[in-house]
Amino acid sequence: MHPRDLLNEAVAGLLARPVRSALTTLGTVLGITTLVVTLGVAATAGDQIVGRFDELTATSLTVEVPEHPFPLVEWADVSRVTRLRGVVSAAALAESEQSANLVVRSNDVVDPARVTDQTLTVLSSSPGLPAAVKGRMIEGRYFDAGHIARGDKVVVLGRHAAELLGITRLTRAPAVFIGTQAYTVIGVLGDLEREKSLASAVILPPAAGARYGLGTVTRVLVNTGLGAAELIAEQAPTALSPGNEALLQVIAPPSPTRARDAVEGDVNALFLILGLVSLVVGAVGIANVTLVTVMERIAEIGLRRALGAARRHVAAQFLLESTLTGLTGGVIGASGGIVVIVVVCAVKQWTPVMDVRLAVLAPVAGAVVGLLAGLYPALRAARMEPVNALR
Amino acid sequence: MPEPVILLDDLTREFPADPPVRALSAVSLRVERSDYVAVVGPSGSGKSTLLNMLGLLDRPSGGSYRLDGIETTTLDDGARTTIRGSRIGFVFQSFHLLPHRSVLENVMLAEVYGAAPRAGRRDRAMRALERVRLSHRVGFLPGTMSGGERQRAAIARALMGEPSLLLCDEPTGNLDSRNTDAVLDLFDELRAQGMTIVVITHESDVSDRAGRRVRITDGTLTEE
Repeated sequence: MHPRDLLNEAVAGLLARPVRSALTTLGTVLGITTLVVTLGVAATAGDQIVGRFDELTATSLTVEVPEHPFPLVEWADVSRVTRLRGVVSAAALAESEQSANLVVRSNDVVDPARVTDQTLTVLSSSPGLPAAVKGRMIEGRYFDAGHIARGDKVVVLGRHAAELLGITRLTRAPAVFIGTQAYTVIGVLGDLEREKSLASAVILPPAAGARYGLGTVTRVLVNTGLGAAELIAEQAPTALSPGNEALLQVIAPPSPTRARDAVEGDVNALFLILGLVSLVVGAVGIANVTLVTVMERIAEIGLRRALGAARRHVAAQFLLESTLTGLTGGVIGASGGIVVIVVVCAVKQWTPVMDVRLAVLAPVAGAVVGLLAGLYPALRAARMEPVNALR
Repeated sequence: MPEPVILLDDLTREFPADPPVRALSAVSLRVERSDYVAVVGPSGSGKSTLLNMLGLLDRPSGGSYRLDGIETTTLDDGARTTIRGSRIGFVFQSFHLLPHRSVLENVMLAEVYGAAPRAGRRDRAMRALERVRLSHRVGFLPGTMSGGERQRAAIARALMGEPSLLLCDEPTGNLDSRNTDAVLDLFDELRAQGMTIVVITHESDVSDRAGRRVRITDGTLTEE
């Protein structure tokens, strides 16, 4: 039997009952549409979410320094991180439970009725902190290497801490008292984009902080350029503490690729099941209708056998009919799915993202579903004895 | 001496039952080329079983059946199918035309499964339709034609590929007298052209037109 004859007979068989063929195709159309929409929307949404990853999240990382018998990171080690290509700013912090709630008092008491004692967090940092927390000095300046080297008793207040202590201007060189120790306020730090809790903190130079258990670096804040975070996350521990890098813990932003994969994975897992269920329903529909068609066409099968059709010819025709049904469903489903994706993206003002292979694979999937669904009916048709079929 | 088209020797067909039903009992028959044989008999006598045997649609339980000199009882399913498609033309009582295909497509269907080349198939189908005087109806659907025309279309399909044997099962059973005469006239013409025809019928006016008549009763064949 010539393949073109086989194709002609299969197409003619389908066109003989156009309404039924169309309704049979519908199951596959729905299944493939669901699959294409699922995969397309997942890819689009994933890309969209990654696109909205803000710069801050994508460029901020923190290196946590655990307690250790000897300091794992020295204050000066931060400079090695800032020299790494891709690092925009970095600063070291020292925090301790002991200094988390210290009584701080301002000295410019004007109103005796006013409470000037405040319980505030005291910590120490290296000089680059304003840049590292993406803030700015609202008043005065931040301490520098000179203050640290000289052991100056200076302090920088977070904006909120300054307000609590009633310090609004620095022209009179106000001081604050931590316990009995007086420190000159040289600056007020505010507009923090990162580590916003520092707005309520009192920040000392490392040397001064040692008095409150703040002599050892506990965290290093690092800001990177866009796209450099993953690399810096690998390099920073080595730069900070060569030989002990394994002891340091890096909290890095999620990778855009991983985030997109995660989103796609979440969406796919849910809707792929729906799509596959729809496909299975479509396959069962094709199998049922093909089986009914075989039963209705017993006389035709008998005639074809009488005309010299072998069992394989009969099986091939019914298989091709169900495969064509699935393929048609796949083509229509893939087209419909793409239209749905485009409409969804137009409404949401997203950029449609879709794997081009889907446009080819979806119809193929439909054809495979049709082929599998037609196996049993085709086998039934092929097994019919001509004498029984013609009876 | 040329081989007969049909040579049955003690052909038997039993159907499993308790006790077994013997539908054909040691049937022997010789049909020469250009013979026009009518097989007559009452309902349940074994006519249809004999037709199924002659048409290689069923296998005998015993005996021998040679078609064009080929022993068919020992052939496998594929070989029997090939012989059936190439050497036997079937004409059924209910025409068995595909309702959604044109007359021409129905006739061309006879060569879809054989070894005949695709090229020229349309011309051959047209010639077959001309032989049955139906060339003016090539594009018609079977449902739009009379019973006689439909049967002539079925005969044209049976003639495709120049078979050795035209096997007809109650070919006029669904036709009125005028169309019956037209079909029988056609059989006469075909016989005159050298076609071997075996007609299974219970109608005397059909069997009377055949050159030879055999009667089957309770599975046993007798020449009349």
